[in-house]
Amino acid sequence: MTFSTDAQASVIAILPEILMVVLAVAVLVLDVFWRVRERVEIGYVAGFGLLGIAALVWLIGTPQQSGELSDQLVLGGMIRHDDLAQIFRVMVIVAGGLSCLITMGMDRLRVRGDFYALVIISVIGASLTAAASDLIMIFLALETLSITLYLLAGYLRNDDKSTEAGLKYFMFGAFASAFTLYGLSLVYGFTGETNIYRLGRVVSTGGLNDPAVVIALGLVMVGFAFKISAVPFHFWTPDVYEGAPTPITALLSTASKAASLGLLLRFLLAVFPPPDLLPAALDGVKDYSVLWVELAAVLAVVSMSLGNVLALVQTNIKRLLAYSTIAHAGYVLVGVAAISTDKSGDGAAAVAFYMFMYVLTNILAFAVVILFADATGSNEIRDLAGLSRRSPWLALAMTLALLSLAGIPPAAGFVGKFLLFRAAIDSGLVWLALVGMINVIIGLYYYLVIVKVMYMDLPQDEAPIPVSLAHVWALSISSAGVVLFGTVLVSPLLDWATDAAHALYVML
Amino acid sequence: MKTPEVAIELYILLSAILFIMGVMGVLLRRNAILVFMSVELMLNASNLALVAFSRQWANGDGHLIVFFVITVAAAEVAVGLALIVAIFRTKKSIDIDALHLFKD
Repeated sequence: MTFSTDAQASVIAILPEILMVVLAVAVLVLDVFWRVRERVEIGYVAGFGLLGIAALVWLIGTPQQSGELSDQLVLGGMIRHDDLAQIFRVMVIVAGGLSCLITMGMDRLRVRGDFYALVIISVIGASLTAAASDLIMIFLALETLSITLYLLAGYLRNDDKSTEAGLKYFMFGAFASAFTLYGLSLVYGFTGETNIYRLGRVVSTGGLNDPAVVIALGLVMVGFAFKISAVPFHFWTPDVYEGAPTPITALLSTASKAASLGLLLRFLLAVFPPPDLLPAALDGVKDYSVLWVELAAVLAVVSMSLGNVLALVQTNIKRLLAYSTIAHAGYVLVGVAAISTDKSGDGAAAVAFYMFMYVLTNILAFAVVILFADATGSNEIRDLAGLSRRSPWLALAMTLALLSLAGIPPAAGFVGKFLLFRAAIDSGLVWLALVGMINVIIGLYYYLVIVKVMYMDLPQDEAPIPVSLAHVWALSISSAGVVLFGTVLVSPLLDWATDAAHALYVML
Repeated sequence: MKTPEVAIELYILLSAILFIMGVMGVLLRRNAILVFMSVELMLNASNLALVAFSRQWANGDGHLIVFFVITVAAAEVAVGLALIVAIFRTKKSIDIDALHLFKD
């Protein structure tokens, strides 16, 4: 297997990251030169800058129409420039851009250019994570993503909860990434290769010691489970989500999670491939894919069930959304468990589609939470009472987000869940789809309780909630996405996700 | 004079012992700085394994990863100590059991 040496293709492959570095520097420079009165608009530069880059990524697509792996692996095999990388990159960059826009609703953060620059840098990390195809790049991209997020979670230095959230996230995060690194070092040690496509071949055919491979897989999975907050590595999630500045909570639950899932799909299939993806001529092929399919299925069941059950008793909206995030990690893992046996790519396409709509939905929900918390100083669900009378549009936006999370049409979440469970059934995991559906029903309860509080209960204060212009942008972009991708734009997005899924299975 | 050969297994055994010591440190220590040092020990256990594997395979890739790990660990130290200082300012303590603002 050779790597592409085409210099132009290499530059195009990392063009989004190059542009984001320029954007981050531009934001920092403007932060110095603009006076405070002008600086209140700095979030527009960061937010629309990122959204513009996302549009560019979507337009570029993948230039190599040949679809050969050796053409797509650029920069010495560090990056794979394929549809899977592109769709996950668009997701994380959109998440970053919308997070910048909703930051402008918080007076304390609105004028902080360094805050936006850090958000952009963590998006660079997320975007590289989605495209990484080498152990070195995987480690570096994940750490770029995580270290900036530790800082951002603890950004409000005078707020006890924020610093505590930052330190907790840092402690658990550093612990989990040390596990991943040890796993990666073992994977390197068994094979002597760092490119995941090269070493996957050796892992399958090298006659390795089974327990050693199991240990390596387990160690790497600890880090991934932490990043997507799957049970049993979820315990940091509620505290960090509650304490971190809300735009960062939005970013954590979308960009960081989507990027890690994109990498998880690529890593598992490339390093521990099912035997029928390898050339038939190879001898002594060992099948380790069964292991991670079982692992993903088990993690899916416990994450869904525990996340949903604990969400039932929450009274704080940020904590409730944190537990709902854990449950959603479980739903997505159902799709991950389906990618090994079903080669049509339905499972991976479902994961990509689901994460795309999840990014938009969660940003929408957190945008409303920020506005509400800013106006009332409360994150309690009971204080949302009568929101429909105070600000009918905000209540509608929140309802849309909750319907999408619960999986009710016409919101995009319904299509996403349908695709995930169909993929699970197609690959013979009927029991997993059933557990998922039971969990969706449990989830309905706590999402709809919030809708009931907003529409049926009487408000204590009738004053409408002020909405800044930046928020109007963020709310309209994300709610338009949630509605359109659930109705008329289902098939374009699904086609793109399916292309991405097919690229995943091109391994030779 | 011929240098004595040390088997690769011994290096890996040592790195596994260091890694487990690091894990135990994180789980048992209550002082944030010591927890943090234990994480560093885990990272360095990986470094030792990487260097040993790199020599076994006679390619430089393992060394390359180690350079990146050292750099990343330095960045992590900067961020981690900043967060610990921020906590110390408000709480006058860096005991991780003192982190209990959140209720379930």
